[in-house]
Amino acid sequence: MLKEGQYHIPSGCAISGIFHKDGRRTDGSEIIRSIATMHDRSNGLGGGFAAYGIYPEYADCYAFHLFYENLAIKEETEKLLEENFEIASFAKIPTRKHPSITDEPLIWRYFVFPRRYKLNESQLDESEFVSRVVTKINHLYDGAYVFSSGKNCGVFKAIGFPEDVGIYYKLEEYEAYSWTAHGRYPTNTPGWWGGAHPFAMLDFTIVHNGEISSYDANRRSIEMHGYKCDLLTDTEVITYIFDYLIRKQGLTMEEAAHVVAAPFWSTIEKMPPEQAEEYTYLRDAYSNLLITGPFSIMLGFTNGIMALNDRLKLRSMVVGEKGEDVYIASEEAAIRVIQPKLDSLWSPRGGEPVIVTLNEDAQGKE
Amino acid sequence: MKKITADLMHFKTLNDLVRDCEDKDIFIEHCVGQRYIAASSKGKSIIITGTPGNALGAYLDGSEITVNGNAQDAMGDTMNDGRIVVHGSAGDTTGYGMRGGTILVRDNAGYRAGIHMKQYRDHIPALVIGGVAGSFLGEYQAGGVIIVLGKGAEGKQPTGFFCGTGMHGGKIYLRCDEAPDIPIQIKADVATEDDKEDMRPYVAEYCDAFGGDVEELLNQKFYVLTPNSNSPYSRMYTFN
Repeated sequence: MLKEGQYHIPSGCAISGIFHKDGRRTDGSEIIRSIATMHDRSNGLGGGFAAYGIYPEYADCYAFHLFYENLAIKEETEKLLEENFEIASFAKIPTRKHPSITDEPLIWRYFVFPRRYKLNESQLDESEFVSRVVTKINHLYDGAYVFSSGKNCGVFKAIGFPEDVGIYYKLEEYEAYSWTAHGRYPTNTPGWWGGAHPFAMLDFTIVHNGEISSYDANRRSIEMHGYKCDLLTDTEVITYIFDYLIRKQGLTMEEAAHVVAAPFWSTIEKMPPEQAEEYTYLRDAYSNLLITGPFSIMLGFTNGIMALNDRLKLRSMVVGEKGEDVYIASEEAAIRVIQPKLDSLWSPRGGEPVIVTLNEDAQGKE
Repeated sequence: MKKITADLMHFKTLNDLVRDCEDKDIFIEHCVGQRYIAASSKGKSIIITGTPGNALGAYLDGSEITVNGNAQDAMGDTMNDGRIVVHGSAGDTTGYGMRGGTILVRDNAGYRAGIHMKQYRDHIPALVIGGVAGSFLGEYQAGGVIIVLGKGAEGKQPTGFFCGTGMHGGKIYLRCDEAPDIPIQIKADVATEDDKEDMRPYVAEYCDAFGGDVEELLNQKFYVLTPNSNSPYSRMYTFN
């Protein structure tokens, strides 16, 4: 059998997202239909979904989704989880057999919250405490991988075409106010379960179409802040960059977007002085977190979603709106297939973030 | 007329049907992102409803395509001859490397429209955009004509940033009130009566397809962008 790299499939990743601003929750069937339309943009080496608002019964717990390569590492990892967390509930993540999803790891879910004395002892805030445990497992526990760690949200991913991955994880049984999806066509890194998108840290999830030219500069910079890039693909660094800029540095979504997709100096020069000053500050302060190369990404977070293209707009992305629903996809057809009648449809400019959040009266209701 | 209902049909199946069709006239309905429709085709007249996929009419060699809706990316890639009429907007890299024929887009075009268009003798491609275009319009343009009518731009430059970067041939006409912001290697002059006579057949074709008054449009202020010398980049990277 020919291996990846020995044959050519004309494709190039796909992303799609559905967001209900009124907080209405819908099951995974629509997002599966949307991403399936772009089947030929992927090559079967990775598909995945992120969903927000799916665990209302455990809304206060961090929902950890883990891949284990074997039972020994599962036992070892669970020991670490037990030490650090109260485990409210845990179980295998339900899946159904699918002919094209093979070589499955053990896939487990834990609803946890930090043990009070451990948290106090650490002198960290809660989110930092949790993210350090996640980083520790992913970096040091060979064969274990926490691929989802947010509250009331979850990532589901595998090797396969995204529509098959959706069926495999029974996404019709989950209800979310926000769905994102990714179909993968790995370019220069191996296709493996952990390398499928989305990539998550706490409640941030990233799906990405593109390739980061600045990866190593970004990696070296972000690793100085305690993150570890272990997943053999460029996209994980984007997740950590947003986690760092927003959660740790306190930047707004918009400011963070202007760091990673900063305008050219020649463009900044033409801005009004106040605006130019802000953009100059962001470029200077976080120069190593500028992401170059082609990308279109969606960042999922609690209560919202942000879509962003690289500043040269080297990947396609369209946004459609219909009533309280917002649709974002690599191709217009992937939106029209689930919502033929749109109120509006546009292509955001390169570097121009599209930020959508739940209506105020819908926040916290989910 | 042959009618094809595309829906979720695979692009290869659809394109085989179009290629093997003996009718000159083809109507494709419920298109859902199928790529490469009518690639390299000649002598056909194709009407599409729904959303055709990327690279619609790539290498087109004489057929006429009408889209009742929007087109996606790379429409008319390396098109040689024929015509594509879009009753809506077109995506990024519309008319990529086009070397003949005509593309008419009623509304807007995405980034890099007309990138690397070229011409040879009487093969002069034309891209007419009714609304506005994204950044890098006419990037590396080597020939052909790009016209942006700027509907909805209210007299402002109807393009994004970096219009005409790397341009070394052909012409870009922009409908705007002030001189557009462009790289130093190209120049923008107010379009003269002669320039407007050159534009006339394309603008007339646009108005024919979508409505509008040719004279009224041509009476507006246009700028014409051309390379500012025969060799505008000779000293860009080296000093000899």
